[in-house]
Amino acid sequence: MIQAWYSLVDALLPFAWASHAFMKNALAAVLVLSPLFGALSTLVVSNRLAYFSDAVGHAALTGVALGALVGLLDPGPAVLVFSLLLALLVVTLRRRGAAGAETVIGIVSSTAVALGIVLLSRGGGFSKYSAYLVGDILSVRPAELGVALAGTAALWILWAFFSNRLTLASVDEGLARSRGLRTGLLEYGFALAVAAVVALSIRWTGILVVNALLVLPGAAARNLARGTRSYHLLAIMLSVFASVAGLIASYYLDSATGATIVLVGALLYFATTQARRR
Amino acid sequence: MSHVPPPRPSGLRTASARAPLAAADRTDRPACGRCGTSVEGLSVRRGGRLVLNEVSLNFHCGEATVIIGRNGAGKSTLLKALLGLVPHSGRVRHSAAGRSGRGPLGRNAAGRPVFGYVPQGAHLDHESPTTVADLFASALSRRPLWLGRAAALDRRIEEALAVTGAGGLSGSRLGALSGGELQRVLLAFALEPMPDVLLLDEPVSGVDHAGMRDFYALLSRLRREHDLAIVMVSHDFDLAASIADRIVFLDGRVVCSGPPEEVFAHPAVVEAFGEIKAPSREGRAAR
Repeated sequence: MIQAWYSLVDALLPFAWASHAFMKNALAAVLVLSPLFGALSTLVVSNRLAYFSDAVGHAALTGVALGALVGLLDPGPAVLVFSLLLALLVVTLRRRGAAGAETVIGIVSSTAVALGIVLLSRGGGFSKYSAYLVGDILSVRPAELGVALAGTAALWILWAFFSNRLTLASVDEGLARSRGLRTGLLEYGFALAVAAVVALSIRWTGILVVNALLVLPGAAARNLARGTRSYHLLAIMLSVFASVAGLIASYYLDSATGATIVLVGALLYFATTQARRR
Repeated sequence: MSHVPPPRPSGLRTASARAPLAAADRTDRPACGRCGTSVEGLSVRRGGRLVLNEVSLNFHCGEATVIIGRNGAGKSTLLKALLGLVPHSGRVRHSAAGRSGRGPLGRNAAGRPVFGYVPQGAHLDHESPTTVADLFASALSRRPLWLGRAAALDRRIEEALAVTGAGGLSGSRLGALSGGELQRVLLAFALEPMPDVLLLDEPVSGVDHAGMRDFYALLSRLRREHDLAIVMVSHDFDLAASIADRIVFLDGRVVCSGPPEEVFAHPAVVEAFGEIKAPSREGRAAR
């Protein structure tokens, strides 16, 4: 299957940047992940969950550390489990609605980062993990692409099934309850989906910038959208555009891909702010 | 599901109850007397404090109940507890076969009433791209909003909006509506499909006086036409009394409940709000 993809890219994109296998892999990863980032970002923005995806992104570092501690060669499963646990904790804190929940969530996420750094830096070996901070999408292996494809496919199915309910709950929780929706379960479910997509992509995007990918497309689309449909479709398109453009730009700038993608996304956001609907 | 009739309303429920008057006698048309929602011993605790203490109320079809009380008396909390938004003890039951569920997305458990809910519009996100049609479609359709709407659904939405005089607003963003428009849209939403009990939380905040009067006239008409039980939290005693069959004065518990002129004359209400001039019965009969 990966050979078919390589042939397709060679046929459609006869450019220097697309001639390398690592760029073809990275392009595939970007095309698999960015539409889902775009779709999820609509609700991250509508529900004001930016702080939440930030906390989950930071928790990934602790997942990496715990994975290394128990001797996992691939920390992916440890990142997934730890991100899911932290997502549950953060949503529980938020739902309890106590004053200062944001503060507590900030403390939880900084504790997670600090714990990750302390565990990984013991004995001075942190540098080999720094790839997790800035991400390394050029090291994508075809086998990992398969995992990402399966994971995103599952999340798309859930998204198709639940996005209407999540939209209704984002307008007003009471309205959603009055239609018999279990809003608490929905909130946990959405948090787990965000945690899962962060865990799937963290090694490629980098902990420092993953949150921006979950906020910028939705924020930019919001500036232009005239309804929920165009909001979601624009967020997906802007996410794909920023990711592909950022990947290509990072090739020519020789810069970190995740951060370059975020910069393109930020440019789109500022540009759309100017074109904002009145 | 049982079909046991709920207890008849008992008029003013205080130690000094005078001339209890059955609420069903006060409506313009005979209530069916068989369906109703009973709230039994509902309590809500928040941070160790008892916000609502053993509240028991009956809401009958075709009857409008207005809940008044000071700030922090638990009025909005009562509505939230009824919706299941805040943890509570006690029971909420519907005593007749409920109407047919809430569209494809959610279904209420047997014996629980189907609530229509009109929240305070002011706190909705004004920047959200969600349109009126999106709101309806998100609750009435399984098809994801980003795949578009069926023409039949668009017609159903227009018909629902027309009921409350909100026709033509389906393409507008919720955040771009005026207070009065938003109120009519949210009412239309709460009534599609028709609920057992309509809950309104200060539905007239941010609406001018004429708009409020129109809104209450609309509520009265809908109540008559659909035999709807209405429960409304309100600060506007004048207009509330013009629609209410019964007023409940809440202060963490039910202090008193009964016909407007009796509740407004109750010493605890007078102490809290001063003298309130209730509209005459003739004025109320003309609604």
